[in-house]
Amino acid sequence: MTGERNQRRKFMNNLMFVLALGATIMALIPLGSILLYVASKGLIALNWDFFTQLPKPVGEPGGGLANAIAGTLILVGLASLMGIPLGILTGIYLSEFSRGRLAWLVRFICDVMTGIPSIIVGIVVYGTLVLAMKRFSAIAGGVALAIIMLPLVTRTTEEMLKLVPHSLREASLALGASRWRTTYSIVLRSAMGGIITGSLLAVARIAGETAPLLFTALNSRYWHTGLDQRIASLPVYIYTYATTPYDELHRLAWGAALVLVAMVMVASLAARLAGRKAGGGR
Amino acid sequence: MQKPSHQSRQWGDAVFRGLTLLAALVMVGLILVIALQLIKGSQPAFARFGLGFITGSRWDPVHGDFGSLPLVYGTVVSSLIALIIAVPLSLGIAIYLAELAPQRVRAPLSFLVELLAAIPSVVYGLWGIFVLVPWIRTSLEPFLHRFLGWLPFFQGTFYGFGMLAAGIILAIMITPTISAVSREVLLAVPVSQREAMLALGATRWETIKMAVLPYGRSGILGAVILGLGRAIGETMAVTMVIGNRPQVSPSVFELAQTIASIIANEFSEAFDDLHLSALVMAGLVLFIVTLLLNIIARLLVWRVARAPEGMSRE
Amino acid sequence: MDTRLMAEDFSAWYGQNQVVKNVTLPVFANQITAIIGPSGCGKSTFIRCLNRMHEVIPGTRTRGRVLLDGENIYANRVDPVEIRRRVGMVFQKPNPFPTMSIFDNVAAGLRLHGLPPGTTAEEVVKRCLKMVGLWNEVKDRLRDSGVSLSGGQQQRLCIARALAVEPEILLMDEPCSALDPVSTMKIEELIKELKERYTIVIVTHSMHQAARVADYTAFFLNGQLIEFGPTSAIFTNPRDQRTEDYITGRFG
Repeated sequence: MTGERNQRRKFMNNLMFVLALGATIMALIPLGSILLYVASKGLIALNWDFFTQLPKPVGEPGGGLANAIAGTLILVGLASLMGIPLGILTGIYLSEFSRGRLAWLVRFICDVMTGIPSIIVGIVVYGTLVLAMKRFSAIAGGVALAIIMLPLVTRTTEEMLKLVPHSLREASLALGASRWRTTYSIVLRSAMGGIITGSLLAVARIAGETAPLLFTALNSRYWHTGLDQRIASLPVYIYTYATTPYDELHRLAWGAALVLVAMVMVASLAARLAGRKAGGGR
Repeated sequence: MQKPSHQSRQWGDAVFRGLTLLAALVMVGLILVIALQLIKGSQPAFARFGLGFITGSRWDPVHGDFGSLPLVYGTVVSSLIALIIAVPLSLGIAIYLAELAPQRVRAPLSFLVELLAAIPSVVYGLWGIFVLVPWIRTSLEPFLHRFLGWLPFFQGTFYGFGMLAAGIILAIMITPTISAVSREVLLAVPVSQREAMLALGATRWETIKMAVLPYGRSGILGAVILGLGRAIGETMAVTMVIGNRPQVSPSVFELAQTIASIIANEFSEAFDDLHLSALVMAGLVLFIVTLLLNIIARLLVWRVARAPEGMSRE
Repeated sequence: MDTRLMAEDFSAWYGQNQVVKNVTLPVFANQITAIIGPSGCGKSTFIRCLNRMHEVIPGTRTRGRVLLDGENIYANRVDPVEIRRRVGMVFQKPNPFPTMSIFDNVAAGLRLHGLPPGTTAEEVVKRCLKMVGLWNEVKDRLRDSGVSLSGGQQQRLCIARALAVEPEILLMDEPCSALDPVSTMKIEELIKELKERYTIVIVTHSMHQAARVADYTAFFLNGQLIEFGPTSAIFTNPRDQRTEDYITGRFG
């Protein structure tokens, strides 16, 4: 009788092992499919024109998405310019100066903000910046993306600074260095790898964001002419082209997807490398 | 090397401290601005419809009639489909990666699963339109209809687009979130708990079922809620495959609409103020719901991170 | 005297680190065997090898034989799960299951292996709690969480939990190291009572504890078994200089 029971227990153990392994494989099927389609369909679309030409009007063959590639780089650059310094400063505040109620609140807001749908950020930036400037603009798009990356940068910075050994700070303080000099030179430098990792991951995250750009940066068929003007971006082009009925535009959308995924992957991999270099990885 | 005087040193400290404090306050300010802006923007719609906005069952921009029930319905049902698929899958993944997989494959497999989270939403949408939707139309929907067609959920035209497509694509997108957080939670369960169960003569699965999962249950619940929050707020991929028709239908084959997808669809084309305001109000509802879900999820996950009193963490 | 358990030329590793070196040690039936030695001497690792708990840690390996009633528990077709039911274990820090009630903690093993014929879960739980002297303290709050108890009570709960599956041998890995002196004394009394029915191996940091409870004592140093014998002999008349140094407090 106990033999039968043990048989059943062993069977359940093996069954669950197979199911858990199966679940993991199941999750990798869409990943494989997506990467395969993006790579194969995207590669067909990529050529010299894709990287150098402006989009052609519907019906005319050829053309490229050079302005969207430039636009995405500009938008991500703008967002990083605002989001990364602000995020690092906030992270320093959280880890170095305060463990009071305000720090708890900021930390909490940070965590919660990562969960706010990005389209909400789009609405809010529209309601403030776009209406105030009376036009869609690269600035508005950059601000929207910066808001999304801010909590990500803040939390990684905080985590990384906390990993810096206490003894290192004390040694420096004992030598008579002032607080900010200590933070700046010793702590920040040893946490730099981690902070770069966090920032790159945030960049990877926002590079593909579409929803917050729909009503802030909008889109454009031309080269960008100024930060106060609407601007093209790869994600918005993918969305627009994918939802048209034209094969030619679908082709370009796949090409754009390949470029976008490549950008995101490069940023993610760079983040991993920077992280490994800094902390030896986990 | 020049030595700063005592005074200038203190001054530098104060400035630096002030600067970081200012940055931290920006964060607090941001969330306030977001909330206020949404409240302000939804005033006209609120004045017109009041709380009936939530229960109103017609969304008709042409006649200026805005009730968000079809959107809420679409959001809830698509997220539920996503959870039904993603939760068992993610738990399996988390258990495999934290408990069962050979040490050597754990890191690369975790990386691959997390790669799913790195793919931009709009690329999911693109893949959804050209790969997932045709498959659903030609394979999945006929299959479900043949075997479960007597249920009201699996009837109607095989569009491919619609609630089912949205649910499936959401499931794929939230799986890395739920599985990664659950995996962290399982890894945070003290070794002593596992050993206690193993030492009683438990198999690995029994150890997981009776010691590890119960210990981490609130954290896992947190992970699921985090995934739910993500599903509810997810915009682009859903917009691209759900069919964008605000209606309430029992069949998952039908076209539908979520709060996030209708904002993406109509916001830039909404010319009259009431329409715009109704969209902002829908956004406010979305904001409040995701905010609450995130707060609950964070509290739950934090609770596991700090182990209960009297427990040892090794 | 019967030998219940016998380690033969047994070695164990953490990664590249050999922590148990060619140990040969008998454990006699219905006796208390104590393993003493300075920290890091491999005594905890060794005891974990006696019910194949060492191997649940990734990157570990073992070599040698452990005979349970003459049968090698490291033989190929032996299921470690079955071994662990027959050789129970109590750990350094009390580790009750926090999501289970006091009752369910004791009954946890029964849910795995089933009830002995002709008994009820209530009977088994009551008997085990009585055996560890916890019954009178908790009989009115069996539905409370296991972690609502004090540290000493928790450890006795863990012993009751181990006894519920009716093991033949009980391994105790420094069971008192996290407890106050009063709780320690109670556990020591309990161990002495349990020896009537069980064979007990106890790892302890405290020589005095070994002297108080053990019939036999083994002294470990740097992964090696230095000396083994009746407790009185080890403490009054050690044969090895290193044993003498240790018990007279000259190092460790």
